[in-house]
Amino acid sequence: MNDDLDFVEEFGVNPGDPLTQRPGHVSHGRFERVVRSGHFVVTTEIAPPDSVDPDEVLARANLFDGYVDAINATDGSGANCHMSSLGVCAILTRAGYSPIIQFSCRDRNRIAMQGDLLSAAALGVCSVLCLTGDDVGAGDHPEAKPVFDLDSISLLQTTKILRDESRFLSGRQLDTAPRLFVGASINPFVPPLENRVDQLAKKIRAGAEFIQSQYCFDIERLRTFMARACDLGLHEKSYIIIGVGVLGSAQTARWLRANVPGVHIPDAIIKRLEDAPNPKAEGRRIAVDLMQQIKETPGVSGVHLMAYRHEKWVGEIVKASGVLGDRKPWAPEPLDSTIGVVTPNDEMLDNLTSTVS
Amino acid sequence: MYAIRRWSSAHARFLERIYTATRPGILAGLRGVTRLFGRRLDTPITAAERLVKGVVFDCQMCGDCVLSKTGMTCPMNCPKSIRNGPCGGVRENGMCEVKPEMRCVWVDAWNGAAKMKDGDAIKDLEFAVDHSRIGQSSWLRLARDE
Repeated sequence: MNDDLDFVEEFGVNPGDPLTQRPGHVSHGRFERVVRSGHFVVTTEIAPPDSVDPDEVLARANLFDGYVDAINATDGSGANCHMSSLGVCAILTRAGYSPIIQFSCRDRNRIAMQGDLLSAAALGVCSVLCLTGDDVGAGDHPEAKPVFDLDSISLLQTTKILRDESRFLSGRQLDTAPRLFVGASINPFVPPLENRVDQLAKKIRAGAEFIQSQYCFDIERLRTFMARACDLGLHEKSYIIIGVGVLGSAQTARWLRANVPGVHIPDAIIKRLEDAPNPKAEGRRIAVDLMQQIKETPGVSGVHLMAYRHEKWVGEIVKASGVLGDRKPWAPEPLDSTIGVVTPNDEMLDNLTSTVS
Repeated sequence: MYAIRRWSSAHARFLERIYTATRPGILAGLRGVTRLFGRRLDTPITAAERLVKGVVFDCQMCGDCVLSKTGMTCPMNCPKSIRNGPCGGVRENGMCEVKPEMRCVWVDAWNGAAKMKDGDAIKDLEFAVDHSRIGQSSWLRLARDE
């Protein structure tokens, strides 16, 4: 009974109801609540569908129920066209999820960006991740015009101005300011390695309250980076969440390393995949190991699991890693007890496909 | 041009010395000229700025020059025109993700800034460029205190 009341106080009666904003918080979102309460958080990302069917979005989000604190909705990631992050988030917030909307500067100028920030907040989005974005050449529309009117740091500043000064960049006042928990991305694993901490410091100064990193496959580089970040006290000024990827095979890993800019994968990881009898299972074990090592790294507030094409294993990986402890993240009720449980059938299928490929 | 601009980033300290030594004189001169001639000499002055900075820095005439804060490296050569770089896509060998044959502008910028006396200015937050100023002279803007 007591539990039920706590639940209502914490999450509202209906899943889509806005929560009350707590003192000292900048948004009324659940993600900010969880991260500020000091829990080790798990976030993941949803691949937006190439479809107009909202059920497809919900089915994809459903895979993560009970295992993640927030879902990032990617914004044309890799410069490929999909349903927009705003559309995905609007569907997710209606079902009560706590999405993090990704905003990339590639496709919109500052007029469109500010308008969409207001729209996102109006549609119940409480967290935004400000990105510069991949170049158009990386995606399926290389002939498109790259906009890049703002960069990630200008976008952070813009979001802060909208939220804290309740005005547009032009100075025109807003009637109601958006309440957004603002995040930025970092990539501590690529050159210039020695300046990556400075870049993090700049993003925090520009207004980043949480940070999500690119894939971490090199725990040594992470430790060096975090040690320097902690020296500067940056882990106290923002919540740093480290990215974890799930690799399907040594070939995938090599392809990612060669073709996706900003992905650094050490040879040792590729060797592990090569030597494993079931590379797919090994890829998941690597993710589990990394999550545990990341949790042990001082100054880290959580992990961001990017399991593109391995989404149905997210629950399994999070469970195996044990990073959540006894905590069970919010999920739309009633919680389907079969979610995140991999059946022997799935296991067999996975073994079969990995020997074939 | 690419080779010259790389040289400029590598010799950022040397160029910084020239910049600090000549800046007051150039600005005073330009102030005198603008007072005497109003806007009549804007075109040749802008052309001169375009020529000099174009040769030395591959300057793109954004109209809001930050060279002295970015390790004597013009950030407008970044294909994503990032004013607070680098982005997360820098290749393992320090090359640009969009143009693999080009060194990342911001890798050069941070290296250049590390050599400079006032190199810490690279840590200042810059806001995105004002597009209404593109093609205009930064020198004249400074001289007129706009």
